[in-house]
Amino acid sequence: VIALRVNGNDVEVGADPDTPLLYVLRNDLGLMGTRFGCGQGLCGACTVLVDGRPRQSCDTPTWMVAGTEVRTVESLAGDQGRPHPVQQAFLDEQAGQCGYCLSGIVMRTVALLEQSPAAGRDEVLEALDGHLCRCGAHPRIVRAVQRALAERAT
Amino acid sequence: MSLAANPRLEQWVRIEPDGTATIFTGKVELGQGIVTALAQIAADELALPLPQVRMAPTRTDMSPNEGFTAGSQSIEVGGRAVRLAAAHALALLRAAAARHLGCPDPRPTGDGALASPDGARRVSYAQLAADVDWAAPVPDAPDPRAPAARRLTGTPVPRIDLLDTITGAAFVHDLRLPGMLHARVLRPPRRDAELLDLDRDAVAAGAGVVAVVVDGRFVAVLAEREEQALLAVERAQSAARWSTPDVVPAPGDVRAVLRGAPTRLHFEHHEGGTADAATDVTLRASYSRPFLAHASLGPSCAVAQMTGGALTVWTHSQGVFALRAQLAQALGLELGAVTVVHVRGAGCYGHNGADDAALDAALLTRAAGGRPVRVLWSRADELAWSPAGSAMVVDVAARVRDGAIAGWELDVRSGTHAARPGVGSGVNLLATGHLADPIAASAPFEPPPALGGGGDRNAVALYRFGAQHVHYHFAPQLPLRTSSLRTLGAFANVFAIESFMDELAALCGRDPVDWRLAHLDDERARTVVRRAADTARAAGAPDGEGTGLGIGFARYKNHAAYCAVCAEVEATDRLRVRRVFCAVDAGRVINPDGLANQIEGGIVQAISWTTKEQLGFRGDEVTTRDWETYPILRFSEVPDIAMEVVARDDLEPLGVGEAAAGPTAAAIANAVADAIGFRMRDLPISYAAVARAIEDAAPA
Repeated sequence: VIALRVNGNDVEVGADPDTPLLYVLRNDLGLMGTRFGCGQGLCGACTVLVDGRPRQSCDTPTWMVAGTEVRTVESLAGDQGRPHPVQQAFLDEQAGQCGYCLSGIVMRTVALLEQSPAAGRDEVLEALDGHLCRCGAHPRIVRAVQRALAERAT
Repeated sequence: MSLAANPRLEQWVRIEPDGTATIFTGKVELGQGIVTALAQIAADELALPLPQVRMAPTRTDMSPNEGFTAGSQSIEVGGRAVRLAAAHALALLRAAAARHLGCPDPRPTGDGALASPDGARRVSYAQLAADVDWAAPVPDAPDPRAPAARRLTGTPVPRIDLLDTITGAAFVHDLRLPGMLHARVLRPPRRDAELLDLDRDAVAAGAGVVAVVVDGRFVAVLAEREEQALLAVERAQSAARWSTPDVVPAPGDVRAVLRGAPTRLHFEHHEGGTADAATDVTLRASYSRPFLAHASLGPSCAVAQMTGGALTVWTHSQGVFALRAQLAQALGLELGAVTVVHVRGAGCYGHNGADDAALDAALLTRAAGGRPVRVLWSRADELAWSPAGSAMVVDVAARVRDGAIAGWELDVRSGTHAARPGVGSGVNLLATGHLADPIAASAPFEPPPALGGGGDRNAVALYRFGAQHVHYHFAPQLPLRTSSLRTLGAFANVFAIESFMDELAALCGRDPVDWRLAHLDDERARTVVRRAADTARAAGAPDGEGTGLGIGFARYKNHAAYCAVCAEVEATDRLRVRRVFCAVDAGRVINPDGLANQIEGGIVQAISWTTKEQLGFRGDEVTTRDWETYPILRFSEVPDIAMEVVARDDLEPLGVGEAAAGPTAAAIANAVADAIGFRMRDLPISYAAVARAIEDAAPA
């Protein structure tokens, strides 16, 4: 049994400790917003926050995050399901097509907002470069991240 | 086929007791935003607010059969059907309201009711629904309402499905059924490899493994937990022995493969004088594109369950009805025993592995005694086993007389772009060919030009030449499995035609834009070419050494949207597309933001195809199986894109999803030629390829 803290809740799961965190989140905890893309940490679709830092959950063994604070997109919504400002920025910019890459990118943006709220365009691009999008929604996604940063600054 | 095959009103529209409308469609969400656009159309025609329109999921037991969601036809064909059906529903509701209210010509209130002209009395759609003959045929007549009456059409309505993707479960990958097993399939290492031996016991001994299925060379593991299935398939990979070729083939070369493959003449087009221009050629050139992967961000996935002889499959297929028939055939079931339900997957750009995964899941639920089974492909299998977009070679020759193109010959070579399930009489699903008792795939096929063609798509240039002669040499057998990928043959044909137009312009000392306009009669075509060029020029000439500007144009399929693209590139110690300017004419626009998203996305994807992508292969084995060996465009490599839409509110809407790809490739190729002073004719035009070409061109 591994004891974890996920989205502010203390949970225990019976998975093998070597199980990649992604599968524990999705299959043991039912948090489907974190997505499988490649299983090799190369596409960013499975990005979650571990103690506030972005991490690819597909190649992170679950034992490694025991004692940390794990956050997924499911933690973001506010009162009455009101979207988080980052989610709202993505909606405002209609930043996405299929949306499969987005939850990882949203979590990356949350981390950027918390750690580098004054990030400029180059820092935004650098932060996003570990994420792949196949539909070509990049221009909108960049605008959404910049909007989220700008709205936090005001 | 939409309305003709599904004529009854109830197949499209239902008014619910709560006053909302449910719209049934056979067109599915692929990430392109079609469900939002169809809801917009329905809301307008029914005079309902958008939130009162619900789009029913597409499934074979409830939805109209509209074939595949493909070919940029969903607005033109599916949208037209929804429009006519919804308009007819309102007409019948109005007739019922007239009887109910005892007044002529009741008016929709805009919130799901009809009122007497003086507004004094009203009756809701829900109250009237019982008085409407929902089995009545929908008249297949032109647009019944004036554009002015449409409130939502032409407005940037936000996507109705975006929020789900950033809050939680949204995809077929997220479906969980009680008792569901997780499965992984072990594919052969190569297309023709035979399974010699597999130590099943070693695999079955793994924790949580419920079954190891071996049927011919179809090998799969079923486990209680997903990570257990992953470990089991890794163990199976080590435990399996496969036949190996006597000689390891050299890395595949696209030109050699296509020049060496037997072909048959699939299509020819002749206008103007004699085809024999060989004695009088001004210039000839040959262009190529590699095999390309769909490379969806989420690998193919399906869930299947067999209950009392009835099979239900949840899939992100582009064509649930065709898939149903293929599954029934493959499993020996009656058609009525199979239900296929569409659930969205990751972005889909054509015939990818979705249907194959559906068969995997169906075979495995049967093997598991009917327990629900979820199959997810690996990234490696997604890149190696999804059908590829075919490599192509395009040879062009022209003669110029009196400053114009007097003769033009184009010869295109390609494998199939149409091996979808349901094409032909065989079963076009991957696993059927791997079973001990295999079911043959259909004979290689390319669609006739009337259905949009395949490798010949956009092979005929829209320009006016003295004579134009086009031949499509279809190669039925290529080493890799190929099928439909966004734009089919248009990507390579437009790349070739538009590159060659620039080569001829340069030869004649003409400006590339003027040269195009001098050969272009269609006013809508001329307009997008001018607008894109003017915007690019107004933005200023590219500055700095090693920079260049280029243009590309096409009307997709020669009957869908018009699109011109200008690209500015930098070819220095890196190859980079810096800026893109685009002009589009898609007739009446349903959702301007949806259109912008499709065009922008098409441009970005085409930049990726053009500058980075190619499937590597040895013999029939795909060797590029991860994001490191099959890189796609990254955020830092995406240029600024400026787009102009030419408003044509009085003209029918045109499909736009595939319009930008070919023009983008050509614009980049022409810009690179402008930047480095010579021509790159083989895709991808990557930094490595440009550097190699510069080195080769340098004097020894």
